[in-house]
Amino acid sequence: MSHQTDTLERVIIKFAGDSGDGMQLTGTQFTNTAALFGNDISTFPDFPAEIRAPQGTLAGVSGYQLHFGSTNIYSPGDRCDVLVVMNAAALKANLKQLKKGGIIIANTEGFDAKNLRLANIAEQDNPLENGSLEPYKVIRIDVTKMTRSALNDSGLGTKEIDRSKNMFVLGFLYWMYNRTLDNSIKFLEEKFSKKPDILNANIKILKAGYHYGDTTETMTPRFVVNPAKMKPGVYRNIMGNQATAMGLIAASQKSGLELFLGSYPITPASDILHELAKYKSFGVKTFQAEDEIAAICSTIGAAFGGSLGVTTSSGPGIALKGEAIGLSVMLEIPLVVINVQRGGPSTGLPTKTEQSDLMQAMYGRNGEAPMPVIAASSPADCFDTVYEACRIAVEFMTPVMFLSDGYVANGAEPWRFPKSSDLKPISVEFAKAKNGGDKYLPYKRDEKLSRPWAVPGTPGLEHRIGGIEKQHETGNISYDPENHEFMVHMREAKVEKIADFIPDQTIDSGPSKGKLLVLGWGSTYGSIKTALIDAHAKGYDVAHAQIRHLKPFPKNLGEILYNYDKVLIPEMNNGQLVRIIRDKYMIPAIAFNKIQGMPFTAGEIFEKIEQVLSEK
Amino acid sequence: MSTVEPNPSMTTFTSKELVTDQDVRWCPGCGDYSILKQVQTVMPELGIPRENIVFVSGIGCSSRFPYYMETFGMHSIHGRATAIASGLKAARPDLSVWIVSGDGDSMSIGGNHFIHLLRRNFDVNLLVFNNEIYGLTKGQYSPTSEEGKVTKSTPFGSVDHPFNPSALALGADSTFVSRSMDRDPVHLKEILRRAHKHKGTSFVEIYQNCNVFNDGAFEIFTDKETKKIETLFVEHGKPLVFGQNGEKGIKLDGFKPVVVDMASHSANDLWIHDETDRLKASMLSRFFDNPRKGGEHLPRPFGVFYVEDRPCYEDGMKTQIESIITSKGSGDLDKLLRGRDVWEIQ
Ligand code: SF4
Repeated sequence: MSHQTDTLERVIIKFAGDSGDGMQLTGTQFTNTAALFGNDISTFPDFPAEIRAPQGTLAGVSGYQLHFGSTNIYSPGDRCDVLVVMNAAALKANLKQLKKGGIIIANTEGFDAKNLRLANIAEQDNPLENGSLEPYKVIRIDVTKMTRSALNDSGLGTKEIDRSKNMFVLGFLYWMYNRTLDNSIKFLEEKFSKKPDILNANIKILKAGYHYGDTTETMTPRFVVNPAKMKPGVYRNIMGNQATAMGLIAASQKSGLELFLGSYPITPASDILHELAKYKSFGVKTFQAEDEIAAICSTIGAAFGGSLGVTTSSGPGIALKGEAIGLSVMLEIPLVVINVQRGGPSTGLPTKTEQSDLMQAMYGRNGEAPMPVIAASSPADCFDTVYEACRIAVEFMTPVMFLSDGYVANGAEPWRFPKSSDLKPISVEFAKAKNGGDKYLPYKRDEKLSRPWAVPGTPGLEHRIGGIEKQHETGNISYDPENHEFMVHMREAKVEKIADFIPDQTIDSGPSKGKLLVLGWGSTYGSIKTALIDAHAKGYDVAHAQIRHLKPFPKNLGEILYNYDKVLIPEMNNGQLVRIIRDKYMIPAIAFNKIQGMPFTAGEIFEKIEQVLSEK
Repeated sequence: MSTVEPNPSMTTFTSKELVTDQDVRWCPGCGDYSILKQVQTVMPELGIPRENIVFVSGIGCSSRFPYYMETFGMHSIHGRATAIASGLKAARPDLSVWIVSGDGDSMSIGGNHFIHLLRRNFDVNLLVFNNEIYGLTKGQYSPTSEEGKVTKSTPFGSVDHPFNPSALALGADSTFVSRSMDRDPVHLKEILRRAHKHKGTSFVEIYQNCNVFNDGAFEIFTDKETKKIETLFVEHGKPLVFGQNGEKGIKLDGFKPVVVDMASHSANDLWIHDETDRLKASMLSRFFDNPRKGGEHLPRPFGVFYVEDRPCYEDGMKTQIESIITSKGSGDLDKLLRGRDVWEIQ
């Protein structure tokens, strides 16, 4: 039994099966093991919209893509090297993403007559038998049969036995990539600590999968992917929504403000609520409101009371919150509004990713209602970006829109987590004394154009705020035409003033002057970065900048843009940042759009770069 | 009614000090003036430091209220005062939170938050000025306007069935359900004191005359001529008696309330009001006949219909956090950031 072992730089595996097949768990387990081993990683889960779509159908296929390597990894990758399919539908839905010559690991039981029918494949066209998979290396394993026979004396029912199938696949892949089972065994021990028979069954099947690789007669290749040379430090694996929740807790701890989250469940933002609900020991108050409007309004109430107020949602929920966001603009009260974007409009594609709420974030309120907008570029970056959002909110007394999306929210990567002592302090001071002689003026501004935060319970600072236009300084109701115009300009100037307190825009890679700048925002970072590595290898004159601060823009952004002949803006929408850039800087920026509920591949961006560079 | 004694010794400010420098902008003769006056009168007696009082309102004529109270206040957006107050109370259980709303604000656009506030039982006071009309938008029918109501938006009469606010509140498991009126300052003040005293959401429906768009909507209950026969002021432990000189009473005939003549009945025959009896409170809330239709009908009740002692949301939230901190210790940020599985790159 000689197995050839090759060393690879990077590998992309896609796990695909029925939503009930446990592919997400298999994927995250492999990911954690790879991360602990020291590989750089990036992942992307791809869920069906239905919780339990009919078994075996295309609608029910759930996928998890993992990119890991011994070099730096910036995105979950384009085409996969290995495709694990638990049934015919999973193969049909994912085959086009597999590289020519790639490996297919197929659960043969998932290709029986019933499964073929469910996947709308005629029985005589069984891809495992009709030769259509000729260009690939196919490893056929009857996972179901082997799982059942290994557990026939376990005393468990068939249903329970079948549920551990995914462990066989995981064990087999651990064997293929020379990984130990330790991490997953530890995980199972914790997960099933109260169900010893299920625990034993899962460990047994995990090992069975591993040993199957060893003992099988087939010439299955084995691979080694060495640890990546990453920046020295201590790392952990992190998902975007998790990093967002931690960033909020960190901001609460560093500012000394109690964290209040008002939220209503919505995909793909709910995990932030779930995460924060766990951390009561940090004094976090999570309030699951009756609707999106109550979620933000309760947050406004808490912020008025002196809390760090946060509300989380996705596009449709943000639309419902619009009026209340406008109120917080008028109240000039600190608030962080989190939009984990998904495909729209309306219900759109709830489980798919998109960047189509930028215009909504910028302009989606009645009246002139400016607010800062900030976007995270990767799962780990959610931490820093949301922390920055909290800082801006409380230091400038303003609602802030934090944009993430389904891709960064559910994706994972290694994170060189900070020490709490390294985090930039967030300074907050509640008003304690009258600021206008014998009066308290709630809208008297400081050098940042920010107003004081006087919380109820402070003697002598009783005051009223509200949504009606206010008089400069006193905050009293005012219908005076000139005052209104003055206040509209003031609110805009206040938000623009933040530009004095944020870092300059940097160039991520490439020359500081030249032919082409690829300008991205949010989650396109990894794909653009990877495309640029390939472009630079070919000697192309192209640079990359990724914008975090979208409102206000960093002060030097215009200067950077004017340093390139062309500016290309890839976005997962129909062209939103590109319009804002054209409008503000009067340059003929080139739009590059993908609206398929899927991130750009690096290849797509690379090809576009080649095309733009070749055009006159 | 079990009287709550005012406690002037706890007064730290006067009613006058509650008046702001803003001009009150309600129409002359509006019922809101009286309500403002009673609130300003009662407030200093309650023993709350002024800086701990917060008035939160939505949109509508009544919602201008916070601007006229020299306390902390927020005039928010239509229907949402209840939701804002919920967050404020959750974050700051130490504050005395008063919500001022109207029939449209709380039962139409804010209907959802209204019922959820009641079920969660935050310890706040909810004053709903019911004038059965939209005043601020100049006279459209509201969710409490009677069927057939002719307004600007219903020139041929409304075909819309109105809410019965107390029945709605009881249906949402409100722990304090009461009704008063702008034209009875003594009663209104008493109800306000009771509302403050109740731990939980105190729902106070206040019949308020909009003399511009719905003048006289409640005249039959407030006018000297008719008040005594058309209203029933309930007090805990007392029989249900009404009429010019208490000559009528209400008796329960099985589950059916019937009006009886006191000449032939004694107080012992009557329904004795028990604020803690939910079933009877629901029946009381159903004394909702339109007296203008004439014929035999029950009088309209005023007073505290129902009181229940039930834990408040903010206390549950606070206790849970405290017990977790006691058992697990305060959160350690570095531990959180580190998580369970880490690896080191040299
Ligand atoms: S419109 Fe009616 S409710 Fe509004 S202020 Fe005038 S009288 Fe009062």
